[in-house]
Amino acid sequence: MNNTKPEIGLLRFTTAGSVDDGKSTLIGRLLYDSKSIFEDQLKSITETSKRRGNDEVDLSLLTDGLRAEREQGITIDVAYRYFSTPNRKFIIADTPGHIQYTRNMVTGASTADVAVILVDARNGVIEQTIRHTFIASLLNLKHIIFCVNKMDLINFSQEKFLQIETEIKLLAKKVGANNIHIIPISAKFGDNVVDKSNTLSWFEGETLLQLLETIRIADDYSDKCARFPVQYVIRPHDDKYHDYRGYAGRLSGGKMYPGELVTILPSMLVSRIKSIDVFEKSLPEAKSGDSVTIVLEDDIDVSRGNMIVPSENIPQVTKDLEIMMCWFNEKPLMIRGKYVLRHSSSEVKCMVMAVNHKININTLEPDYKDQNVKMNDIANITIKTTAPIFIDDYKKNQVSGSLILVDEATNETVGAGMVVK
Amino acid sequence: MNNIKIDTRHLRQLENESIFIMREIVAQFERPALLFSGGKDSIVLVHLAKKAFWPGKIPFPLLHIDTGHNFQETLDYRDNLAKELGCELLIAYVQESIDKGRCVEEKGVNASRNKLQTVTLLDAIEEYKLDCAIGGGRRDEEKARAKERFFSHRDEFGQWDPKNQRPELWNIFNGRKNMGEHFRVFPISNWTELDVWQYIMQEKIVMPNLYYTHHRKVFNRDGVWLAWAPFMQLKETEEIVELDVRCRTIGDITCTGVTLSTADNLNDIVSEIAASRITERGGRSDDKRSEAAMEDRKKEGYF
Repeated sequence: MNNTKPEIGLLRFTTAGSVDDGKSTLIGRLLYDSKSIFEDQLKSITETSKRRGNDEVDLSLLTDGLRAEREQGITIDVAYRYFSTPNRKFIIADTPGHIQYTRNMVTGASTADVAVILVDARNGVIEQTIRHTFIASLLNLKHIIFCVNKMDLINFSQEKFLQIETEIKLLAKKVGANNIHIIPISAKFGDNVVDKSNTLSWFEGETLLQLLETIRIADDYSDKCARFPVQYVIRPHDDKYHDYRGYAGRLSGGKMYPGELVTILPSMLVSRIKSIDVFEKSLPEAKSGDSVTIVLEDDIDVSRGNMIVPSENIPQVTKDLEIMMCWFNEKPLMIRGKYVLRHSSSEVKCMVMAVNHKININTLEPDYKDQNVKMNDIANITIKTTAPIFIDDYKKNQVSGSLILVDEATNETVGAGMVVK
Repeated sequence: MNNIKIDTRHLRQLENESIFIMREIVAQFERPALLFSGGKDSIVLVHLAKKAFWPGKIPFPLLHIDTGHNFQETLDYRDNLAKELGCELLIAYVQESIDKGRCVEEKGVNASRNKLQTVTLLDAIEEYKLDCAIGGGRRDEEKARAKERFFSHRDEFGQWDPKNQRPELWNIFNGRKNMGEHFRVFPISNWTELDVWQYIMQEKIVMPNLYYTHHRKVFNRDGVWLAWAPFMQLKETEEIVELDVRCRTIGDITCTGVTLSTADNLNDIVSEIAASRITERGGRSDDKRSEAAMEDRKKEGYF
């Protein structure tokens, strides 16, 4: 690797599209062409494919790890795949297209930077494309790459591609997605996936892999929206560090510096950062994503569930929240129902006050009449917590703007929410 | 061989995530323990735990499930490490489970205590009243592991229900459970084998000599080189030879394959792994028993 090149870090992306769109073929192609499939893996899936009577190697067998999945030929759950090129390391959250689609795509997208959405060139933008684009935009992914696949089946027609491109751009505008990329590909024949296509020579853009390798995921939070939820208090009880009291956590959004004036929530006490520590040293600054330990100048009471923030930019401290809720459980959301709410490092109880509207994710129209929020539904709801929590709009800070609801009786995670107000 | 340059940014991203998980573990559970096998993944786990709680000590014990079929180097390394860290070391012996009649020794030439470890592990979790066992499992290792959560729930029988797992979103981890249940947590879920070695190289972590090339008595079984030990049963056609080998994974001696290699430093090991066309578990006979071998063992409560 060239030393002068800036280090680009890893890229997490999620893939959306059903089997019919050629998603498995595309992932298989990426893994295969980047030499990320190992001989023993290939041998194992080739044998299984043959035993099942398939002529071609079924690359989806690579991701379908559970017995039930292989038996039924379906994907049950989000599968994580890893591959790397000499330029970058990638983590793919591969979400199944058949069942519990919203739940899986929301889960996969929650930790991704980029969504790769497959569009069948024969069909153009369909209901499913709208759904995928909406979810990617709702989760605030930084880039959306649309792969217009199966170009081979429309004779690599530039005219048809341009039509689809226009449809996609309209859709992206409607859902408010900013950074979009549109590539004509043929996953089956490898056109524009890893290598540039000769047949699609009229397309001047980069191939999918070139784009994935070079996309920069800038930390686009403003410097002043730093949030530091306290996870754990480090107090060594030995002679050397007898008075040490450090607050362990992971910074989200912006930066923090020693000497910075900070406010502790919910106590609203003010102090300065004395040092930002990592193993055996102190840092001149902490950046978004860093796991560090903060030591304050004043001896004040801080514990898990508290949040350290810059005094000049404090999140909203509230018990009333408006959130976009994605429902994950077979038991529908209960209006007036009580749930455990987990947000950053805090846990409080809450009650659902109202369902304001549901989103029809195929048409993107709000539905103000239907109050019944079932599994895979997305709805705008109002909740009230028993203790104040510290929130930002999800678009402003993903950590302080996201939460999950847990069923008190079963302990299952039943919903995922994003703060809109 | 070329000197390898590493993109340290991706290692830092992985490290940040794993340290975050380590701290969530101590915040969410009362009695966690780190499952230490002496293999590279658990060595990296210990290193991450050390960094996560500095300047404090690691706030949980190490737990070794001892099959009795170990490489002596592993035991020495384990004892030194625990001493150096000032960490409590819990050891649970498979032999004791056998003596108590909790499980029965496998028979035949392929007999291994690998599977028996599950019984000993679950008994140890009960005996020490652990509510969380921290493991070095990685999703890239094996296809059933690719479906694992960071926080993986186990019922009161220690069983994993892969079809009914809690969704994990953002970095919010749900470790709520009922009495008698426990969690397995995998802080390095997102690391690949190459990441682990690059990290070991970057952090200059001292590794057991088994990972470097050494002269050893080995024999070949079904295309895999296995280390010879007095309790191994040889088939008639198998013969012991001395070769230059190194371990790519370290587990119970009866099912750990060794690789023919002359790599005697981390730089060469990283190059070797980067160029390898066979997965690390290609040498693990415990995975070759059937296509769903790992899934079946995991459902019962295996690591």
